[in-house]
Amino acid sequence: MTAAEIVAGIIVFGITLYAWSGLADYGAGFWDLLAGGKSDGRRVRGLIDEVVTPVWEANHVWLIFILVTCWSGFGLLFGAVMTTLFVPLALAVFGIVLRGANFAFRKDAARAGARHVAGWLFGLGAIIVPFFFGTTVGAIMSGRVPANGVGDPLTSWWNPLSITVGVLAVAMSAYLSAVYLVVEADRRGMRGMHDYFRYRALAAGIAALLVGVGAGFALHADSLAMFHRMAHRSWPLLLVGVIALVVTFVMAVRGRARGLRIVAVLGVGALVWSWAVAQYPYLLPFSMTISSGAGADITMKWIIGCFIVACVTVVPLLAYLYVLDQRGNLGEDPTTSVEFSDGTEKRA
Amino acid sequence: MNNWLILASQPVQLTPARSQMAFTLAVHILLVPMGVVLPTIMLIANYKGLRHNDVAAMTLARRWSHVAGLLFAVGAVTGTVLSFEMGLLWPGFTKVFGDVFGLPFAIEGISFFLEALLVAIYIYGWRRMKPWTHFWFGMPIPFVAIIGALSVISANSWMNAPAGFTLDSSGKPTNIDPLAAMFNKALPLELTHFLLAAYMAAPFMVASVYMVGWLRGRRDRYHRLGFLIPFTIGAIATPLQFIVGDSIARWVYQNQPAKFAAMEVVTQTGPDQTEYLFGRYNPTTNTVTGIFKVPGLDSVLAGGKRSTVVEGLASVPPQNRASNVTLVHTAFDVMVLIATLLLAMVVWYVIAYWKRRDIPHLRIFQWVAAAAGVLAYIAIEAGWFTTEVGRQPWIVWNIARTSSAVTTSSGIDVSLTVVVILYAALAVAAIMVLRAMTRRWRAGDALTDDAAPYGPRPVGADTPEPGTAEERMPR
Repeated sequence: MTAAEIVAGIIVFGITLYAWSGLADYGAGFWDLLAGGKSDGRRVRGLIDEVVTPVWEANHVWLIFILVTCWSGFGLLFGAVMTTLFVPLALAVFGIVLRGANFAFRKDAARAGARHVAGWLFGLGAIIVPFFFGTTVGAIMSGRVPANGVGDPLTSWWNPLSITVGVLAVAMSAYLSAVYLVVEADRRGMRGMHDYFRYRALAAGIAALLVGVGAGFALHADSLAMFHRMAHRSWPLLLVGVIALVVTFVMAVRGRARGLRIVAVLGVGALVWSWAVAQYPYLLPFSMTISSGAGADITMKWIIGCFIVACVTVVPLLAYLYVLDQRGNLGEDPTTSVEFSDGTEKRA
Repeated sequence: MNNWLILASQPVQLTPARSQMAFTLAVHILLVPMGVVLPTIMLIANYKGLRHNDVAAMTLARRWSHVAGLLFAVGAVTGTVLSFEMGLLWPGFTKVFGDVFGLPFAIEGISFFLEALLVAIYIYGWRRMKPWTHFWFGMPIPFVAIIGALSVISANSWMNAPAGFTLDSSGKPTNIDPLAAMFNKALPLELTHFLLAAYMAAPFMVASVYMVGWLRGRRDRYHRLGFLIPFTIGAIATPLQFIVGDSIARWVYQNQPAKFAAMEVVTQTGPDQTEYLFGRYNPTTNTVTGIFKVPGLDSVLAGGKRSTVVEGLASVPPQNRASNVTLVHTAFDVMVLIATLLLAMVVWYVIAYWKRRDIPHLRIFQWVAAAAGVLAYIAIEAGWFTTEVGRQPWIVWNIARTSSAVTTSSGIDVSLTVVVILYAALAVAAIMVLRAMTRRWRAGDALTDDAAPYGPRPVGADTPEPGTAEERMPR
């Protein structure tokens, strides 16, 4: 295994963690948007706010991690993707700004009207981002990003496959987020919210499954070579993904929260890796391989070193943040913040 | 030499791409000092609050951390935009040099991660964590933030002083040494200069807020501390910045003579150079007009004596000159002028405080102090424009042109327009939200002030409440 291959693995690892954490935060925005009117949605939004607030910035850093690792290790890949896919990525950035800024502003906006607008933009941004990241994946997968970067600026991502993968990403974000929120509601003893998100997890999961099958057909029609790689090489991972999805369905129907998150996470992770495995050793099918796109070997070794340092420093702290969060030790400072989540069932 | 020839040969995306990068960076750099220094300020207040059971200091710490949380979130977003722009706008840069200058960004990734985690624990830990445990989780934040600043500044200083590679015959970097690239010779001064700038801008900005309140007659202990804690930090950084600023100007003179010539509008190479204050540079005739000048001073500043030879713009081939000399020069002068004014303010503060142990009573001082935050921020922007526009036309000094790195994608004018509108809305929203916070907190204070004489004694009963007559000074 070369250093470049390890770094490529690190990037996929980053994508996996981003899918588990950041993608779910976008999904929370999706549910926030659909939570209904001011009084109907109050409890839902309160829960979402409480759950997402302490962790979303840390979760967002995985994206930065992916970007910098990509341009340090695979500058050619980064340049090619950013040139061909300028439009969807610029739109994703637009969504990132909308989501992040408005989520932060919503908490402290003085008037209910401003809070409403900020909340709406937060939700809108949260749908835009996974969609366009999805189209980006679809474009790369279908070989529409050539190594020299001069792909079609529009059809490279605006085609049936890319759009389906974009919708799949949104569905996955909604599904993952609903699953997390079931567990969070359960932990807080919020029976009503538990059921609310249980049905939504089910609905989003079924939607994801259908869109996923659709993406399979689209891939078959679009890039047979890639379809065969998915089918022949990645089938065990796809199987794990589908089994995990079905298990979460059963658990959701029975109203079980324990272990629900782990199964869902396993499924989403398997799906990410099925893409990576199918594409190996290509960074851009079928014009750029890991070795042809790799930067200097010494830089790769430094990136691996940095990754080890990150594992030693970031991971324990991240774990501690999650532990604090799960024990209910983190939350808005009541002396400085607007009591926004007044409709939620407070813990003692 | 005809400028049109040079402009005509440039890719059409260059100007909008440079404008977008400049604009998004100029916005992000407003948030960076707050991200790097606000944690320090709030931790000092937090320490003071815990150590001395000081209610006013504790209130400040909590409120500052709330503001830090908001600004950190906005900074994370504008920082993400920049990360994308590295590829969206400058794919030619990351393609060719990504593996040379990329390492600091990997380190920045780690430090940003740690900072995000620690900030989250600190900001959302007020309610339930033990006070001192909570404080100690905040303690690493300023240091982690410095590592983050080091990494980003390192990448920028590398663009000014490229190191850690050699170019092969086809112009591609080989013999790459990421460590040598990271610790390039421009790093020590550029980093110190920026950190001190941040340690001036953010504290002065925070202090300004409380000075405005003070001028409006809110002369209580809360406002006094809110002014004195940050202002003292800024006051320490200011004279140090003068020393570093002087060194970095001489470093530029020695290492980037073309940039120095633009900063000081030196037209002809030679000794006994005149120091110009403002004025306009005419690139076609290579002359300066409409200015205030001091003969010989520029040579003295560059090399200590009037006989020091300074390279002039005439010695720089026109295609290698800074694209907008007047802008570089004006920005440089604005920065130096503001810094001088701030230094005078700090000197007055030190004398007055030493004599009376109080916020200086001099009205003019109070007015300048109320404006110091905005002034320091203007100086940061001016300094950033000096170094960045002064580096043009190079993206990697004397090695790669900015025009060679720009994207071939069309539609940058669209993204530029969208970004400007979006950020303008963002700025308005951020200011509205910050003002809403202030109003909310002030309303809360009015409540506690009224309730205080009849209400229960506050925690740490022997310490004065915000707004009482008995006041102590920070140590």
